[in-house]
Amino acid sequence: MPRWLTGLRVRLLLAFVLVTVVGAVAAAWASYGSARGSLVSEAQQRTTEDVQRRVGSVAIDLTYPPDQEALDRLRSAVGGPALVTYGRLTSAEGADLGLLTGTLRAAVRERNALVLQRVTPASGPKLLVGTPVVKTTVDGERRPSGIEVYAVRDLMPTQQQIDASAQAAVRTSALALPLAIVLALLAARRVLRPVRELRGTARRFARGDLDVRLRVRGSDELAELSGTFNHMAAELQASVAELRRMETDARRFVADVSHELRTPLTTLTAVAEVLEAEAGQMRRDARDSTLLAVEETRKLTRLVEDLIEVSRFDAGAATLRLEDVDVGGAVEDCLRARGWGERVELDAPEEIGAVLDRRRLDVLVANLVGNALRHGRPPVRVRLRADEREVEVVVVDHGPGLPEGGAERVFARFYKADIARTRSEGSGLGLAIAVENARLHGGDIDAGNEPGAGARFVVRLPRFPEEDP
Amino acid sequence: MAQVLLIEDDPSIRRGLGMALGRHGHQVRSAETGEEGLRQSRDARPEVVVLDLMLPGIDGFEVCRRLRADSHVPIIMLTAKGDDFDVVGGLEAGADDYVVKPVLPRVLDARIRAVLRRGAPEPRRTETHAGLTIDRSGMTVTKDGDPVSLTPTELRVLLELSRSPGQVLSRRQLLQSVWEHDYLGDSRLVDNCVQRLRAKIESDPTSPVFVQTVRGFGYRFGPV
Repeated sequence: MPRWLTGLRVRLLLAFVLVTVVGAVAAAWASYGSARGSLVSEAQQRTTEDVQRRVGSVAIDLTYPPDQEALDRLRSAVGGPALVTYGRLTSAEGADLGLLTGTLRAAVRERNALVLQRVTPASGPKLLVGTPVVKTTVDGERRPSGIEVYAVRDLMPTQQQIDASAQAAVRTSALALPLAIVLALLAARRVLRPVRELRGTARRFARGDLDVRLRVRGSDELAELSGTFNHMAAELQASVAELRRMETDARRFVADVSHELRTPLTTLTAVAEVLEAEAGQMRRDARDSTLLAVEETRKLTRLVEDLIEVSRFDAGAATLRLEDVDVGGAVEDCLRARGWGERVELDAPEEIGAVLDRRRLDVLVANLVGNALRHGRPPVRVRLRADEREVEVVVVDHGPGLPEGGAERVFARFYKADIARTRSEGSGLGLAIAVENARLHGGDIDAGNEPGAGARFVVRLPRFPEEDP
Repeated sequence: MAQVLLIEDDPSIRRGLGMALGRHGHQVRSAETGEEGLRQSRDARPEVVVLDLMLPGIDGFEVCRRLRADSHVPIIMLTAKGDDFDVVGGLEAGADDYVVKPVLPRVLDARIRAVLRRGAPEPRRTETHAGLTIDRSGMTVTKDGDPVSLTPTELRVLLELSRSPGQVLSRRQLLQSVWEHDYLGDSRLVDNCVQRLRAKIESDPTSPVFVQTVRGFGYRFGPV
């Protein structure tokens, strides 16, 4: 369903038009109905009076009992299609006399009063008037004379008047429709403008423009909604500001911690190298102690470096330095620099050019391969693949593989796959840092087991990330 | 091997690194503050300065700028932060190289030796490219007859690039040949040095003629 069919505007429009048109039609029909009623009764009134007047004017001079000639006179006085009866005598003239049914005549005789009947034959609506002629005796008494006068009157003009008023009603209703649409559009616009403003403002807010606010006009529900929105925006802005402040603090803390920890480690590292060079000339227990101190200094250094790196990710202070990298060459360099060239099989089919952070790629590969060498068993294989969109680095070992449920937990900080495992070379942060580095590139790492081998880690990185983030 | 000036505020580091570098055959003098470091570098004329960034008083960036103002002595920054901003700031202030604490003395020794080798002359004659004259044995450069004052690092980059005009050298190749970095050098060292070099030898550094960027590959000398 397209928007313009389901939107608020259309619904408002339809409701408004419906109400208006129904109202207009009802009013038109009501006025038509009353007009019609009054037109009909007026026509009947006129016709009746006319017939009575005509009959009256002749009846005065009638001789009783009347003869055929008297009846003819009376009939011509009534005019139009008419029928005058007296007992057996009848005088009839004009069309449509067949409409005068026995029922009508019986009613006239029975009630001894004027009777009206409207009929609608094919020739158009007619009014039938039947009336007994009353004669007034000398002493003023009014008695039925036995003469009955029937007239057929055409209601066509009245019908045309009624039709005209019906057409007027239809026209009025039809006129109401465009008017209703225009009014509905205006009303909808009034209602929808604040809604549109709200939508636009919410969008800008979502895009990070946290200063935007709505203008609050009036005191209706929409104004209330705008006020609520403004309140929400202010609260969110305050929260964001607070979060940013915390982030800034965290970054500063990382910088401070890194400096504080690295200062003594710099001295220790320098001194350890001197001691190591001298260890050969020491007594055995002193030499063992020295070498142990040197070894632990290295571990401590690595742990602190990794901790700082993790803190930097947490503070959002980690940045990518993208450059053109030959992935195969970079991985080869990484293995060679750490003296793993012999122990790791590299399967890199063709030259893969990509835009990556070379240093982070190195850390990533080193951490995964180091992990495989420590916890898996040889042969450790690194497989490189790429298509137009992404680069894939797969590290597989032939050890026992990841334990049940280890695939999710293996990237957790200080995760130890084997509880009984002695403390090893790793800081326990290597895989966590690897996955952070992959995600910083917009990629990810999947952990699992390779059938017929050990653990398998699959790194996927976008090959040519957008220049503009 | 070399006269090294270590400017570092932490006394333990001064002693520890001093001892370790001494074992590598260097003669190490040390200074506790930037001001003292500047004074010592004027008096003792060290061959290389190892400079900590976080100093009380005037910081490492400022020391670096003041050293550069009147000297081409190679400067290796000793930074306790891996933050990109620090490194870039230091490089823009005119440092030749940087190491991150805690640094292994043998790594620092290798970097010191590498910066010192950059001033070493080559057995080749003088060559001229469109007004730019490079004297490889005398280690001097003139542009339109006027001498151009280059630091050893800038000079070495120019020598490497002009060795084969028209041929592209990647940042990595330059890092290995000039800085003698391991496989994982920081290409910003190259970019920064090229910017400084352009500012000195190009007529219009924004549209360089001598040191041209080949997008996605690296840098190329000429063709002029």
